[in-house]
Amino acid sequence: MAEQSIIDKDALIAELLASINQHKFAPDVAHIEIHGNEVLNRNLVDGLIVESQSLEDGVSVRIKVKRGVTIKNPVHFCFGLIPENGVQRIVINTVIEEGAHAQFIANCTFPNAINIQHLMNAEIELEKGASLSYFERHVHGPNGGVKIVPVTKVRLGEGARFSTEFELIKGAAGVIELDYAAEVEKDATVDMKTRIFGRLEDSIHIRESANLLGESSTGVLTSHIAIKDKASAIIENEIVANAPYARGHVDCKEIVQNEARARAIPIVQVNSHLAHVTHEAAIGSVDSKQLETLLSRGLTEDEATDLIIEGLLS
Amino acid sequence: MNLLEIKNITLLKEGRPILNNLSMEIWNGHVHAIIGPNGAGKSTLANTIMGLSGYRDFEGDIVFNGESLKGLSIDERARKGITLLFQEPARFEGLSVSQFILAGAKEKSQEIVEEALRQVGLVPENYMKRAVDKTLSGGERKRIELASIYAMKPRLVLMDEPDSGVDIDSVKYIFGIIKDLKQAGSTVILITHSPEVLKRADHAFLICAGTLVDKGEVSRMFDYFSGKCIPCPHKGQPDTDKIISNVSTFALN
Repeated sequence: MAEQSIIDKDALIAELLASINQHKFAPDVAHIEIHGNEVLNRNLVDGLIVESQSLEDGVSVRIKVKRGVTIKNPVHFCFGLIPENGVQRIVINTVIEEGAHAQFIANCTFPNAINIQHLMNAEIELEKGASLSYFERHVHGPNGGVKIVPVTKVRLGEGARFSTEFELIKGAAGVIELDYAAEVEKDATVDMKTRIFGRLEDSIHIRESANLLGESSTGVLTSHIAIKDKASAIIENEIVANAPYARGHVDCKEIVQNEARARAIPIVQVNSHLAHVTHEAAIGSVDSKQLETLLSRGLTEDEATDLIIEGLLS
Repeated sequence: MNLLEIKNITLLKEGRPILNNLSMEIWNGHVHAIIGPNGAGKSTLANTIMGLSGYRDFEGDIVFNGESLKGLSIDERARKGITLLFQEPARFEGLSVSQFILAGAKEKSQEIVEEALRQVGLVPENYMKRAVDKTLSGGERKRIELASIYAMKPRLVLMDEPDSGVDIDSVKYIFGIIKDLKQAGSTVILITHSPEVLKRADHAFLICAGTLVDKGEVSRMFDYFSGKCIPCPHKGQPDTDKIISNVSTFALN
């Protein structure tokens, strides 16, 4: 029975990794695979502490990168559910201690989803001078059936740097309710990007905010979304600059095709006369100049549109 | 032999004729220049030949290689071998230079991308992975556009002000590409205000107010340019005077 369980576990790890096109890690690469409410496998490196606890419908994880440590290779997380139905709740508490540096790559995979909920509650704290780059890629099946609710709160201490990218390009997005908020202290920098391709009846709601609290803090919020068929997207990006020399920029671009619908709500607020925040938003069909340029090279309209969208989401 | 025939085309914008019963014959394998003051209809003619949006509804006919282009979309015309170098090239966020050149390339290989970039004086290793976006200068963007056209190996290239936005040192690569395209058998139509560009042509057309005023050898066109404008709403406007002055100065030199 125990042997059978090990075989099942190995097969599950293999299936999870195969779905994200990842098959093997080098020994000096930290990685953690979580299926449903079970940590299937993990490999840690010096300076990285990961503690986990199973919940009824997910996993609670505490991550710490110790003071002054630089994790050489990106740390790979794989979250997923192979069955067609289920809930996966991930509660993550991350602390990057003073002067520590790390990159996290999270792959969230639901290749057979019919009715899956992936609920992520993350709190990330970057202490003074720390940095974290967090890349989250979603791989979904072609038929939707996934509800993604990532809620992340980030606190950046003095001089810290946090960058995050959320990518969902392959497979149907399903329902996404992404909510990221950052509080940014003196000289710290936050950079958030989302790149999503919505199809069929996908429903995408992005809320990103950066509260620039400290002097010379900076924030950039970028959302590049392409939607087609009957998909819909609402993007709410907000930057509030509260301190002198705080700088922020909101960039929202949405390409809309077929019967899809898009709405962008950039909010910029400045509470110090020495701060500066800008925004740009473009929503609509594919840019006609770009399209005509590619058409004049002999691409069909569909080929040209796909290439423009590929660029926007790259 | 004519590759392209413009047959009595009239195109109206807001009720005003931008092209007015214009006829031209474009010989195969030659470099032709179309000159004329601002608003003469030069870019409109290029856009009409390419079939851009807003330039498809005209009287008369455009015949390419014996077939009418009427009713054909931009990409259908491109697949017949016609392409356009836009005066202001588009920028493509996230699309690499390599992807952009390959998109229209006749031969889909990395070698052709490298060759095309070298032809326009850009070091392939420094550009292939860069995005065709606002991080490139106007001149770099123009040269990448030309590299893409070089890789396409078209039969007819319309170049709308090929030297605009390009620094003096880089202009030689533009002229080099015009020569290369001709040697490869392409026919080139240069829309230009520049005497230096005009010098690269074998033959020139002078148009004003959408009408053909004169045509012939480039040297003769210089001689006659200033005296050939017909009465039109542009005559006497500052731009018109400047162009006439530029070209006349060049002709005198």
